Amino acid sequence: MEVEIVKGLKFHKKQDVAIVGAGMTTFKRRLLETGKELSYFAVKQALEEAGLDIKDIEMVVMGSAPDAFDGTALKGEYLLDGAGGSDRPYLRVFVGGGTGVFAPIAGYWHVASGLADVCLVVCEEKMSCCHPHPQSAFKYIWDPILDRPLKPNLIWIFALEMRRYMHVNNIRHEDIALVSVKNKANALDHPCAQVAEKITVEDVLNSEPMALPVRRLDVSPPSDGAAALIMVAPHIARQLTDEPVWVTGVGWALDTTHWTNRDLYFPRYVAEAAKMAYRMAHITDPRKQIDVAEPYDPFDYKELHHMEGLGLAKKGEAPILTREGVTARDGDLPVCPSGGLLGVGNPIAATMGVKACEIYWQLAYRAGKRQVAKEVTTGVCQAWGDLMQVGTVMVMSNKR
Amino acid sequence: MAVGRKKISCPPYAEGTALSEKDISERRVTLFEDHPNLVYSWTAGQAMSRFLNELKNGKLIATKCEKCGRIIFPPRIYCELCYKPIDGWVYVKDTGTVQTFSISYIDPDARPLEKPVIVAVIAVDGASPNMGIMHVLGEVEPEKVYIGMRVKAVWKPENEREGAITDIKYWKPLEG
Amino acid sequence: MPAIVGVGYSGFNANTPDLSWKEIMYEAAVRAYEDAGIDPRKDVDSFITCAEDFYEGFAIFDEFVPDQLGAVLKPTCTVCADFLYGLATAYMQIESGLAEIAVVEAHSKASDIKTFGEVIRHAMDPIWLKGVTNAHPYYLAALEMSYYMNKYCITQEAIAEVVVKNKRNALLNDSAPYGAKLTVEYALKSPFVFYPMRKIEIAERADGAIVFVVASDEMARKITDSPVWIKGVGWWSETSNYDTMSFEARYAYKSAKMAYRMAGIENPSKEIDIAEVDDRFAFKEIQHIVALQLAGKYDVCDLMSEGYFARNGSLPVNVSGGNLGVGNLLEATGGQKALEIVIQLRGEAGRRQVDCEIGVAQAWRYIPTASGAVAVFGV
Repeated sequence: MEVEIVKGLKFHKKQDVAIVGAGMTTFKRRLLETGKELSYFAVKQALEEAGLDIKDIEMVVMGSAPDAFDGTALKGEYLLDGAGGSDRPYLRVFVGGGTGVFAPIAGYWHVASGLADVCLVVCEEKMSCCHPHPQSAFKYIWDPILDRPLKPNLIWIFALEMRRYMHVNNIRHEDIALVSVKNKANALDHPCAQVAEKITVEDVLNSEPMALPVRRLDVSPPSDGAAALIMVAPHIARQLTDEPVWVTGVGWALDTTHWTNRDLYFPRYVAEAAKMAYRMAHITDPRKQIDVAEPYDPFDYKELHHMEGLGLAKKGEAPILTREGVTARDGDLPVCPSGGLLGVGNPIAATMGVKACEIYWQLAYRAGKRQVAKEVTTGVCQAWGDLMQVGTVMVMSNKR
Repeated sequence: MAVGRKKISCPPYAEGTALSEKDISERRVTLFEDHPNLVYSWTAGQAMSRFLNELKNGKLIATKCEKCGRIIFPPRIYCELCYKPIDGWVYVKDTGTVQTFSISYIDPDARPLEKPVIVAVIAVDGASPNMGIMHVLGEVEPEKVYIGMRVKAVWKPENEREGAITDIKYWKPLEG
Repeated sequence: MPAIVGVGYSGFNANTPDLSWKEIMYEAAVRAYEDAGIDPRKDVDSFITCAEDFYEGFAIFDEFVPDQLGAVLKPTCTVCADFLYGLATAYMQIESGLAEIAVVEAHSKASDIKTFGEVIRHAMDPIWLKGVTNAHPYYLAALEMSYYMNKYCITQEAIAEVVVKNKRNALLNDSAPYGAKLTVEYALKSPFVFYPMRKIEIAERADGAIVFVVASDEMARKITDSPVWIKGVGWWSETSNYDTMSFEARYAYKSAKMAYRMAGIENPSKEIDIAEVDDRFAFKEIQHIVALQLAGKYDVCDLMSEGYFARNGSLPVNVSGGNLGVGNLLEATGGQKALEIVIQLRGEAGRRQVDCEIGVAQAWRYIPTASGAVAVFGV
């Protein structure tokens, strides 16, 4: 039948979604605990904060990145009893590195659709199982015909993007290094941090070259860790707390596999995802309306790249904001107040702990020493993944 | 329990026992080792098979979509933007322009390399703008590489070609 | 409630030497979009693919998905589970208002996996299960079969009946590669490869891709005259520990309960007209029929021998030939089940058409898991 379909998303929410608890384990290069045990720790902490018991959880969503790291195929099934998924509806979602913010988005639609009132979101990663080095598992993300025979390392794709970003926008490495300095210093206040330290721009520029222009201190380390979030319907949130944090917008987008056919200087996949999330959250001017942001920062230039994708800075201007201190914790638009991946660690999917959980804690005024100086109402967290392909964005607010 | 409490700092504690590399290599902790043997053999399919056969002949081939007018490289049997099958095959040149590059000092297992590898995304001449592939550069000093540099493919001799992307050994700067 | 407005599939074959998995996905997707009458670049709000990394051989599978589905720069995600889980995800996305039209895809290119037993072994618990023995992991299913047969007095003949019924049903299914006309005596002569499981009771692998287009209530009525409504979805996981699994398909029982509750079905054995259940090991069909409350656990063998579940019986089960006839489609198994129900409900099943208004599709996540999903469809 020929029908003219009029597009325009009408977000008929069955019910709003609030976050009432979060938890995370420490992030370290190697942890003794198994993946199941790490998931358990994170879930326990989240349940404690929310004041709930595992019996109250109706559905569980797991987010975990490549199975190759943990060394178990069908990883979601293996982890389920540590994550509280035993004897309940349990689902695993996966969009590469973007899982850190995509798992909460999946948790959102479990509750928003009205199918569940209490949904637990767990993210876990155990990269240390992979030998000789977790990097080795990244050999298998490349196209087997076009890329793998050239023996690429994951850092190559970042280096190629960083070079392009610096070239098109005429940005110096010094300005990018400021992000690494800021985040690693911010992480000194995070109890779970792996690589928090005070460094200078010179330290970054003199560190070991990996794939130029990327140097060792530009990169976040591989880590083991887990994080958990509890999302509930409004009537449950009201019983548990006076200060739930509401999920006001979600968005995600995936770009073409052929990353070599794209100009890498701007992350249009993040821009598309942000467009969807901002429309849902009624945000028209992100730079003014967002109070705190946690963009994904596996590399220092990525924070700037994603800030531009999220509309928090015009193209090429994100380094200016960093240089002027706008993105510091006491600045006008604090970015990565937790220390991000550069400071706390990068356990791929479990980065939910420093992205979604951090924005939740900031908006609930529970971030302790990391709490940003200004009054916060709206925050955004974002993750990236795959071959420069996936952008996942979530906007939260403490006012309904 | 969570009602009304503001003066807490989250996360309140960080659980997890860190290990060092020696703990694992000297087996100070109990561990299980497994060496899986997983073999996959992917069918190349129509587009890639043609692409690889042409590589064996020392040629690069692309596909074209009449609707958006793009010459698509690497070739595929559908245009992903118009979402329709492609309309024909077109040879492209084996020269191109460097879109971005990097000088890598590490191998895929994160071990250091003796000689750095110069990897680049090269937009191939004859295809639509920005239609690049990833490949390595050779016969050039790392400091001399720049974005916009013109390069040409250096092929393996015909009898050594196997129908793989490595039939091109590397790309070298075009003189002049 | 959301409805299926378009289906497309490619396959099913034992081997696909000329097309890559991207190309079979493209074929299935084009057929589905044609069936629904939509343009994926303009009309579709969300794409969901159901894939497990190790079944594909790539570390991050959703990287390779968008181009062939028309999903470039659109919301796309991967659910690491069976097709029916993806269908449940589409249901939730539509009901929460995030999408009006969603596309669910799953495929199997099992012929690309050269070491299938090793992939399954890799999914076993590394500490407790993996190192126990080097035998092919199918023994896990055989242990379960032994327990179940003993507890509920399921006879070898009943299981052989399942094989005979499904393989004969497959002869009328154009897309089923493993159809055959067998007798119970023949099936009972098949060698025991994992006692008490016989070789003929294990479904062979197959390739194929399935794409569904799911739309919200209003959108479905606009797009098509014959939407198939998703009346209920359910999914459930028991545990990951092999030794504490119920061995009675409790995951199927619970997920069916959830789906039936959503669908408002109180007496499944009377209200369901047709069922497609997972039978990648023949005894599983019996286990799932009981778990879906389609028959009592002590009656099922007699009913099977009487032809109650045959194509012209009172409650046809696996009219398409089930996995024994169509093949083990890995994560697309649920898709094949849902596909059959949708085709039957639309009245497009040709020679194997059954009179029906409500159907149920069920899938399991294969060994070594105890998870599964169920979907109830109706017109």
